[in-house]
Amino acid sequence: MQGPTSFAQVKKHHFLKFPHRLNFYDKPPQDDITLEDFETFAIERLRVLAEIESAIVRNKTFEELKATVKTQSDKHLPLNSNTARSIDKDAERRRDYLSHFVLRLAMCRSEELRRRFVKAEMTLFRIRYETDDSAEREDFLNTRDFGWIAVDATEKAELEKQLQASSSSVTDIKKETFYKVRWTRVPDLVEKRKVFLKQGWAYVPGREQSSIVFQEFQTMLEGALERTAKALPRLDEDTRIMPILSHLGEGFLSGVGVASEYASADGLGGDDVKADMIDEMARKHWPLCMRHLHDSLRKDRHLKHYGRLQYGLFLKVVGLSVEEAIIFWRKAFGGTMTDDKFNKEYKYNIRHSYGLEGKRMNYPAPTCQKIITQNQPGVTECHGCPYRHFSTDRLQTALLSAYSGQGLTTGDLPEIISAVKSEHFHVACTKVFEVTHGIPRGQGLDGESVTHPNQYAAKSRELEKAAHGKDEKME
Amino acid sequence: MADKMDVEDDASSPEVMTAFYQRLYPFKSIFTWLNHQHAPSRLFTHREFAFTLPGDTYIRYNSFNTAEELKRQVLRLNPSRFEIGAVYNARPRDKKTLRAGALAPTLRELVFDIDMTDYDAIRTCCTGKGICKRCWGFIAAAVKVMDPALREHFGWNHLLWVYSGRRGIHCWVSDEEAMRLTDEQRRAVMGWLEVIKGGRDTAKKVNIRVSSRKDIHPSLQAAVDTLRLLFPELILYDQDCFAEEEQWKTLLELISDGDTATKLRHKWEKDPQRSSAEKWDDVRREATNMKKDGKAQFDKLSASMEDIILQYMYPRLDAEVSKHRNHLLKAPFCVHPSTGRVCVPVDPAKVGDFDPEGVPTVGMLLREINVARTDGGAAEVKQETPADVVEQSDWEQTSLKLYVDMLDRHVQGIMAETRRIKREAGDSSMDF
Ligand SMILES: [Zn+2]
Repeated sequence: MQGPTSFAQVKKHHFLKFPHRLNFYDKPPQDDITLEDFETFAIERLRVLAEIESAIVRNKTFEELKATVKTQSDKHLPLNSNTARSIDKDAERRRDYLSHFVLRLAMCRSEELRRRFVKAEMTLFRIRYETDDSAEREDFLNTRDFGWIAVDATEKAELEKQLQASSSSVTDIKKETFYKVRWTRVPDLVEKRKVFLKQGWAYVPGREQSSIVFQEFQTMLEGALERTAKALPRLDEDTRIMPILSHLGEGFLSGVGVASEYASADGLGGDDVKADMIDEMARKHWPLCMRHLHDSLRKDRHLKHYGRLQYGLFLKVVGLSVEEAIIFWRKAFGGTMTDDKFNKEYKYNIRHSYGLEGKRMNYPAPTCQKIITQNQPGVTECHGCPYRHFSTDRLQTALLSAYSGQGLTTGDLPEIISAVKSEHFHVACTKVFEVTHGIPRGQGLDGESVTHPNQYAAKSRELEKAAHGKDEKME
Repeated sequence: MADKMDVEDDASSPEVMTAFYQRLYPFKSIFTWLNHQHAPSRLFTHREFAFTLPGDTYIRYNSFNTAEELKRQVLRLNPSRFEIGAVYNARPRDKKTLRAGALAPTLRELVFDIDMTDYDAIRTCCTGKGICKRCWGFIAAAVKVMDPALREHFGWNHLLWVYSGRRGIHCWVSDEEAMRLTDEQRRAVMGWLEVIKGGRDTAKKVNIRVSSRKDIHPSLQAAVDTLRLLFPELILYDQDCFAEEEQWKTLLELISDGDTATKLRHKWEKDPQRSSAEKWDDVRREATNMKKDGKAQFDKLSASMEDIILQYMYPRLDAEVSKHRNHLLKAPFCVHPSTGRVCVPVDPAKVGDFDPEGVPTVGMLLREINVARTDGGAAEVKQETPADVVEQSDWEQTSLKLYVDMLDRHVQGIMAETRRIKREAGDSSMDF
């Protein structure tokens, strides 16, 4: 990389520790990192990756995907080009670099995690690559050997006819530079017959060069993850790190990233929520897990321990005060229970969950991730995530009975069930939200997927309020 | 050959199969073919074998340290056939002791499977399970396209073509690069090779043209050039593919120019006796006439004609077999249970002369060794021989020799490459 251009580049950026926005992540970090940064950086990156994954599952176009990544990156993981001013680019890039390596540790631990992580990271890299400043990208590419050999003029002239016929994207073959690589490095181009093949060499037109780069990125990352997986057992001894890694892995598997925990009222005029409003709110705003708990409570006049816990904390965050909660549960149990028994066994637990007894913890309402992965419901229990824990038949029946009043029809079921079958439960839930709230397909909750039942309920109530506001203005 | 069915012709008889495995199956050659060298390597010891027992019991994840071990187990289980799978990261037989999901395929020959049933809509001589010398023409055409494609496009040299025992052919590619392919890369090979797409209800199954261009990809052009020469003999004369009304109507559907198709339909309706060859001449004549009127029209009809040639003759591959490293495929030299035929290697250079009905059957081979042993004496199938002698080579006295020699020559090529790679890389790397 000699010559005036690269010299100028070097000069311009010599002060940057990370001279390029793009990164192949091929040098493991040597610096120390605080445990807090370790976790925070990883969670931020995971949010971006989780949204990428869910966008792919929902068959968004590449343009839509790009938009999603831009929004999410700006929020959680900004990464500016060298031309950006008054921004600490090294800090951004360090964050990007470290977060990638932390997630490698978390995502190397099963075949499934590795596969999904590689796919999401590949997409992120690809989008960054395509939106990168072209001079900066060129500069970045020059720092690596991709094993491509430029096809010389003689060979090009010999093969001109074949090259023309095999490169449908190239209009003027004479102006195009071709590179030779082993075909195994560009399987995507081979699969679509977009190159000329001779003795195992693929003749790649310059404009398809990015395929080689992406493939290199993927191969490199797959190899690195397998090596990390082998080395990881040594980390087992570090008791601070393992729980964080497990948490990150679970978060990615359940497809919801790591949702923010809702610990207290969601601020939607929650103080006004009264026990006798819950029936109507459940009908209009609850996600299926909470609808199921609510309906079971009404039907059986009882909920088992984990069901009470999941629903109780949810209601707390919705805005039901502790006094109203006691009224709500007392009435719900009705005549099946004496006052004495209720006060002794249940009232304490309710007050406890509001942080008024015992350790006085303000317990957060569980996220989708927790609901999906922890405390699997037994046959007589009603907690959990119906998308995860119901059989297909039962899920379809439950969906229709819960939401047909809000416009869900059998025609919506195939897409929902297909998301469930590929274990993207949050995608299924988001789809239901869209259908029942008249949201255009793919837009979700302001572009995000459902990651928390309270987020679902809050957004639903917010939409209702906004609609009311409009009505009032119109009058 | 005996006219009536003798005891030894019954491939479902355990005695017949035991005798076959004990005295005729070339374990040693199969071992070196899979192992790429004489001393057992992971290519053999970590290789999955699966056995199909009579009554369709299927036993997966067997593995063996040596050819002798494999032979002993085959004789013990006496399977109706066995299959060969991938080389794994551990011994497949240790699967139960490994962490769930820990056993993963690493290496595997790239394999292809072409089955006659995929040609049922086209061939006129047989249907379903049947295959004859005539419909072998389709398989021969497929090999004539595939074999050079794998060698010239991908640069592979170690291709073993094997008759599948009834109605198709398998191909095993043993080049190091091919062995190492990931599933994704295998999928890419299939994408590169596959042309025929769409099921029964899709009339036009070949869609290979970028609309604005008349040129097709050079790899496909090569296939068209090969098949064009075989087309008259196979499709027009032998199979007579456009004779019946339903057949020629299908042909017309594939002609992109509506006016031409209408004109031909009127002509052929009036003359039901017109042969397939005459009909194809009619199409060609239309094309020639168009040349005078304008190039664009001519190009369009020529493109249709090329696409028709491909649709009738291009290899129809069973893609799933090739895409996954852990897919199992029947071992060469197994006996097909219903035909009794041995799955023998096929020389791609002479594939057109191969007669599926003429391959050795288990019964024929057993008679041959008894003739050889007893100097013309009567057939006596059960001969006691030590079970664990892998080098028993009674096949040398039989018509199987020709085919085992073919495999051995093929294995020589693989071993030469292995030695070359070892030399180049220093001795350490060759367990792959
Ligand atoms: Zn036939």
